[in-house]
Amino acid sequence: MAEELRIVLRNYGKIDPLNIDSYIAQGGYKALEKARGTDQKGLIDEVKKSGLRGRGGAGFNCGQKWWFAYMAQADQKYVVCNADEGEPGTYKDRLIMQNDPQSLLEGMAICAYAIGADKGYIYCRGEYPYVVDVLNQAIAQAKDKGVLGDFDIEVRMGAGAYVCGEETALIESIEGSRGEPRFKPPFPPAQGLWQKPTIVNNVETFANIPVIVDKGAEWFAAIGAPDYPGTKVFTLTGDINNKTFFEVPTNTTIREIVYKLGGGIPGDRKFKAVQIGGTSGAFIPEADLDTPVAFDAMAAVGATLGSGAVFVLDDSRDIVDVVTRIAGFFEHESCGKCAPCREGTMRTAELMEKIEAGEGSIDDVALLEKIGRVMSYSCLCGLGQAAPTPVLSTIRHFKADYNAKLL
Amino acid sequence: MVNITINGMNVSVPEGSTILQAAQQVGIHIPTLCYHPDQSIKANCRVCVCEVEGNRLLQAACSAPVFEGMVVRTNTPKVLEARKTIVEMILANHPQDCLNCIRNGACELQTLAEELIIRDNPFELMIRGYDKDTSTPSLFRDPDKCVLCRRCIEACSVIQSVNALGIEGRGNNAMVVPSLGKDLIDSPCVMCGQCIHACPVGAIGEIENIDQFLAAVADPETIVVTQIAPAVRLAIAEEIGMATGELPMDVFVNGLRQIGFDYVLHTNFTADLTILEEGNELLKRVKEGGTLPMFTSCSPGWINFCETFYPDLLDNLSTCKSPQQMFGALVKTYWAEKMNISPAKIFSVSIMPCVAKKFEADRPEMRDSGYKDVDIVLTTREIGRLFRQSGIDFNKLPPSNFDSWMGAYTGAAVIFGASGGVMEAALRTVYEVVTGNTLEDVNFTTIRGFDGIKEATVDLNGLEVNVAIAHSLSNARKLMDQVRAGESPYHFIEIMACPGGCIGGGGQPITKRNQKRIERIDAIYLEDEGLSIRKSHENPEVKVLYDEFLHEPLGHKSHELLHTHYHDKKKKYL
Repeated sequence: MAEELRIVLRNYGKIDPLNIDSYIAQGGYKALEKARGTDQKGLIDEVKKSGLRGRGGAGFNCGQKWWFAYMAQADQKYVVCNADEGEPGTYKDRLIMQNDPQSLLEGMAICAYAIGADKGYIYCRGEYPYVVDVLNQAIAQAKDKGVLGDFDIEVRMGAGAYVCGEETALIESIEGSRGEPRFKPPFPPAQGLWQKPTIVNNVETFANIPVIVDKGAEWFAAIGAPDYPGTKVFTLTGDINNKTFFEVPTNTTIREIVYKLGGGIPGDRKFKAVQIGGTSGAFIPEADLDTPVAFDAMAAVGATLGSGAVFVLDDSRDIVDVVTRIAGFFEHESCGKCAPCREGTMRTAELMEKIEAGEGSIDDVALLEKIGRVMSYSCLCGLGQAAPTPVLSTIRHFKADYNAKLL
Repeated sequence: MVNITINGMNVSVPEGSTILQAAQQVGIHIPTLCYHPDQSIKANCRVCVCEVEGNRLLQAACSAPVFEGMVVRTNTPKVLEARKTIVEMILANHPQDCLNCIRNGACELQTLAEELIIRDNPFELMIRGYDKDTSTPSLFRDPDKCVLCRRCIEACSVIQSVNALGIEGRGNNAMVVPSLGKDLIDSPCVMCGQCIHACPVGAIGEIENIDQFLAAVADPETIVVTQIAPAVRLAIAEEIGMATGELPMDVFVNGLRQIGFDYVLHTNFTADLTILEEGNELLKRVKEGGTLPMFTSCSPGWINFCETFYPDLLDNLSTCKSPQQMFGALVKTYWAEKMNISPAKIFSVSIMPCVAKKFEADRPEMRDSGYKDVDIVLTTREIGRLFRQSGIDFNKLPPSNFDSWMGAYTGAAVIFGASGGVMEAALRTVYEVVTGNTLEDVNFTTIRGFDGIKEATVDLNGLEVNVAIAHSLSNARKLMDQVRAGESPYHFIEIMACPGGCIGGGGQPITKRNQKRIERIDAIYLEDEGLSIRKSHENPEVKVLYDEFLHEPLGHKSHELLHTHYHDKKKKYL
C-alpha cells in the first residue's frame, strides 16, 4: 500500500499542456468519441456504476447527479466546472488545469453529451489568472480541432470570495449577481444556472470521467475504498517533510499519507494533529490516523475529505491559536446572507480571540460548542455548516489545550 | 396531494407545498422572521428550521417542499435550541431600545423574542454603530436595527422597480444600503415607503412630524387646520382596534377635534376639484393636439419616479397639483379669506396614507399661497399614535360634522384612494361634460380591483378614449416603456405608486398582506356607494369655489394656485 496511483494526474509531466496534439497522442478525446457512440442513458449508467463520487467535498454520486439533469426537461442545460479552488493549502485543481487542461474539457464534454447540454462554463478562482490563460488556449485549440463538436466552453473568473466555491453561490456569480448561496432544493440539476438544469462538478471529478469511460466502470469501481472508489489527490502542507502532492487510492490511510508519502514530521518532532479537507476540515488526532481517506470512513470519525488539503501540525503548535486564526478566516469569508453564519462566525471569532487572549472561561467554551452545533445544522449552505468543524473537533480532541488558556 | 406527518399529526397538502404551509393547515405555528407571505422565499434568517426525519440538517420550513411520507417535527429540543440561539445572536446585534422604537409593540423581532422565551442572552451586546439616515423628509433608515431579512430590497426592486436598496459588504459587515452606499436622498429612492411595510423591525420608518403638530396645537395664536386624504378613514380603524372601514367618518372627525385640530376639512374636496381641472386638461390636450397620453399626477411617489426614471416624459404628466397641494394652496388663500383668518396664523396639516407626501409638501415650488402651502404631513400611523395617546374610546365618541367650505365631497373623491379610482372619477365627469348626457350607471367596474395593469376604452359620443391604470411602480414602468417607445395606445394613464393605490400607501397601518389591501379597496367602494352625490362636478362647494374664486377650470387663478411643473431628477449613474 501507500503507492501513488495516477488517474486524474495520468498525463502530469507526460504531455505539453499547451498542445492538444500531445494530449491526443496519449489517447485523449477517444473517451469522448466512445461516449458519443453510446446512448445517453447507458453512458450515465456507466458513470453511476463506477461509483465515482464528487471530489469537491459533498461526495454525491456523480452519475446519479447527471441522471437528474438528464431527466429534467428544458430547452437549455449547462455544464459548469467548479474551479474556484479557494481552500487554503489546496492546489490539486490547479495541477490538473495547468498540466492537463484537455482532460478537464473532455470530461465536461462527455457530461454535456450525457445530459444534453451545449454550453459549459469553467468558473476559475480569481487568484489563478495564469490558469485562465492556459484554459483559454486549451479551449481555443479544442475548438480549432473540432473535438468538442457543438459544445461551447467559456471561462469565468471569480473575484476572490471563498463562498463562491459553493455551487449555488458560484452560479449566482456567473449570472453576474453577488456571490451568495441559494437555498436547496431546488438543486442545480433541476434548476441551476439561469434556472436551467445544470451540472456543477469539481475539476478533479471531471478529470476522472474520460478514464472511466475509456476503461470502464468495473475497472474504476475496483480501485480504493468500495464506497468511495478511485483515487484522491492530496496536497501536503504544514509540519511535514514532503510538502508536495500525491494521488492515492482511497483505501490509503491518513497515517500512510503523513508518514510514508509525506515522509513524516521534520526534526522528528511528535505528531499533534492533521487537518484534512481545507480550512473547514476537522482536526484529527493520533488515535484516528488509521482511517482510510474515503468519504464514509472519514465521516465516521467526524472528519471530511473536502478538497484534499492535508495540513499537519507537530506538537510545538498551539491548536487554540491556529483555530483562532481559522475563526477569523470564516468571519471574513461568511457572505452574510443567513443569520446563523453571519452572526455565528463573528461570535465564534470573538470567543476564540477571548480564549486565546487568556480571558475566556469554561462558559465561553460551552457557548462556542452551542454556536457550532447550531451552525452545523441550521446554516443555509455548506460554508456555514462546516465552518465550526475546526472549533468543535479541537474542543473534542484537544480540550486540554483550551483548558490551559482559560481563566 | 402529498401525505406527511407533522408532530405526529397526519396532513394532506398539495404537491409543491412547503412545510410552513402544511403546518399552517394543521394549526401549528412556526416562527419566522425573513418570511413574507407576498414575497419570494428567502430562507436566510433560519428561524423557521424544523427537523425532518432522515436528514441531519434542520430544514427551513419556509423553503423546504414536502414529499410523500415526510416526517416533520417542529418543536424538538434541537429545533428550539437552534431557533433560540439564532434569535439571541440577532438580538445581541440589535439596539435594545424597544421602548422608544417606532415599532414598539408592532415588531416581529420583539414578538419572536417573546415566543422563544429569551431572557438572559449569553451573547455580549454589540451594536454595529451605523449612522441613522434622516436625509429624506419622508423616511429614515436605522441600519443598526436591520436584521438583514432583505424584504425591503425586494419591495424596492421587485414591487417598485426602483432598486434604491441593495446589500453591501459581507459577513457581519453586510448591510442594506442605498445605491452606491450613499444617503437615501442621493439614491433613486422615490420615498413611496413600501420598504417600511416590508421591514419586520424599526430599521426603516416614517419621519414623524408629531412634535410640530403638538407645538402648533399648544400655541393659542395658531389655527390648526387639517385635510384628510380619501384612503385614511377606512384604515385608521385598524390603528384603534377596529375592523377596516368600521370607524364612521363623523366619529373620526370628532376624534381629530379631540386631539386639537381647530378646523377639520377634507382632501376629498380638492380631489373633486382635481377632477374638474385634470378632466378639462385632458379634453384640452385631446382637442388641441397636446402631449398624450396624459398621466395623472396625484401620487407623489409616482411623480418622483417619473422625474427620476422618465424625465423625458415629464410633458405627459398632468400639470395639476395633487389634491393635497391644491388644498394647501387654497386653504391659505380662498378659505382664509372666506373665514376671515390671516393665512399667517394657519398651520396646515394634511393627514395622508403616504410618506412621499411629506417630501411633496416640502418642495420649494409648493408655496403658491405665499406661505408653505402644507406645513406638515401626518401619516395614518401617526394619527393612530395620537389617537392612542389621547385615550379616546371611539366606540363612545359622538359624531361631528366637517367644517364648511372645503369639507364637502362626493363619492368620486372617495375612490381616489383605490387604484383606478381617479380614472373612474374622471370618467364620471368627462362623460357628462363631453356628451352632455347624464351618466346613469356611474360604476366603471372593469377598472376596479387589484390587477397590476387595467385598461378600458370609453365611448364619449363617438370619441373613443383609451385609458390604462397601473399601481406599483414596476407596473407603471411597463406602461412608461411603451410610451417611451411610441407604442402606447392610450390617451389617459392613471398611476399610483403603491400596491392597490393610496390604500396601500407607505403611511398606512403596517400590513404585509395584499389581502388586507383588497379589503381596504372594498371598503372604499362601499363608502362611495353610500354617498348621494358621486360625481365631482356636482360637489356644491366646488361649484361655489369656481363661482366666487376660480371662475373656470384651467383659468388664470387655477394656473397660479392649482398647477405646477416638474424637474428632471435623473441621477448621473442611472
